[in-house]
Amino acid sequence: MSSFPEDLKYTPSHEWVRIEADGNIVMGISDHAQELLGDIVFIELPTEGAQVAAKGEISVVESVKAASDIYAPISGTIIAVNQALLDSPEIVNTSPYDDGWFCRIKPSNAADLDALLDADAYAKICE
Amino acid sequence: MGQRTPLYQQHLNAGAKIVDFGGWDMPIQYQSLIEEHHAVRQHAGVFDVSHMTVVDISGGQAKAWLRFLLANDVDKLSEPGRALYSAMLNDSGGVVDDLIVYTMNNGYRLVVNCGTREKDLQWMQTKAKGFDVHIVERPDLAILAVHGPESISKVCALLAPQLATAVAALGNFRALEADDWFIARTGYTGERGLELIVPNAAAAALWDALLASGVKPIGLGARDTLRLEAGMNLYGHDMDEDVSPLAANMVQTISWEPSDRQFIGRTAVEQHKIEQDAGNLPILTGLVLEERGVLREGLRVVCEVNGQEREGIITSGTFSPTLKHSIALARIPVGSSNCRVDIRGKLTPVRIVKPNFVRFGKKVFE
Repeated sequence: MSSFPEDLKYTPSHEWVRIEADGNIVMGISDHAQELLGDIVFIELPTEGAQVAAKGEISVVESVKAASDIYAPISGTIIAVNQALLDSPEIVNTSPYDDGWFCRIKPSNAADLDALLDADAYAKICE
Repeated sequence: MGQRTPLYQQHLNAGAKIVDFGGWDMPIQYQSLIEEHHAVRQHAGVFDVSHMTVVDISGGQAKAWLRFLLANDVDKLSEPGRALYSAMLNDSGGVVDDLIVYTMNNGYRLVVNCGTREKDLQWMQTKAKGFDVHIVERPDLAILAVHGPESISKVCALLAPQLATAVAALGNFRALEADDWFIARTGYTGERGLELIVPNAAAAALWDALLASGVKPIGLGARDTLRLEAGMNLYGHDMDEDVSPLAANMVQTISWEPSDRQFIGRTAVEQHKIEQDAGNLPILTGLVLEERGVLREGLRVVCEVNGQEREGIITSGTFSPTLKHSIALARIPVGSSNCRVDIRGKLTPVRIVKPNFVRFGKKVFE
């Protein structure tokens, strides 16, 4: 069974968001998403400093089975990316919510956060 | 709910993720496709391929009929316990199906694809008119494929000593019958291994014993990455009724001699040969992408032929767990060079290689 940590927010396109104490967010893809994709073999990451728009493509995940676009959950600036995923993309399979984070974003529009789903609402989408 | 093999409960016990595969509820993977793939390349794995269709052929004209039905020539099978891979062609030289034919103590056994079962049986019945042959489907049989460097010793350890000795001595593409079991040195992975065709009632105990001896259960996901590394075609992807076997890297499986053997599709494929020699029929070749990215079925290939830009298509593509980069089969014009694959709008250069990537755990192309 997929896990849906209660302390995270989610998007209908299967990204998760953790709101940090400084107001920035960390994002990745959900346990449900990594299960659907299966073994992940390549990940393209966004560039640090890039401006991204909510629901815009920021990354591509390639598994043995399929290629899948990953979308920015909110608008803002990429302030860090998880370089470890370039050489060890399988981390996303084994630790989607911790070591498998994708990037950190400084939000440009606080209202974007209100549009995100809580764990229960996201779990319902995944049923 | 789809059809289920006698091993369905075994798949659930092993934690399988079940998907619909041609109307069957089959395991796509258990825990990790990549780990299952490595288990076959490095140790031993077992696949449930009971969804495939077993058809036994008997009757006074069984041999004459198969020499008419199949593009390869069963006359090459000199005695019981031999195997041959063949295409079954239609009149226009397209591939109705690809199959393995075995010689049995009495008659022949064919193993054909599951997705083509109905049309294959219908085709055979239609083409059997006027021949003294009996075509009997065997849904009472299950097929377990056990492959990998340790597979044969693992299977033999479960057999009675005399049978184990005989199985251990089988050469490649050889088979034997032991009561109602049929054991063949054939498979779809590029590794040593066996296909065991056994009564449905015996399948679960055999499966459980193999797992207990350390053989890993392998899903259809890894079956696909293994066969693609071995450069083996998948029906409905690399060839179908509209594709000549010559455009599917199957020329070696056509038996042209004796020239008076009139197998179905012969006239058409003789014409295809002329067209291909003139550069007007494409070939199926291997592609490798050694950078990041994955080649996928259906992607467009842009090539150069005599300075002209031409196009081809990827018919099967994946990430190769053994090679750690992407490989593909692609149908491209004869004489192509400078191939690039359109990956999300970006033309990515790829290398053309022989369509055989991994054998016995090792890279085989230059």
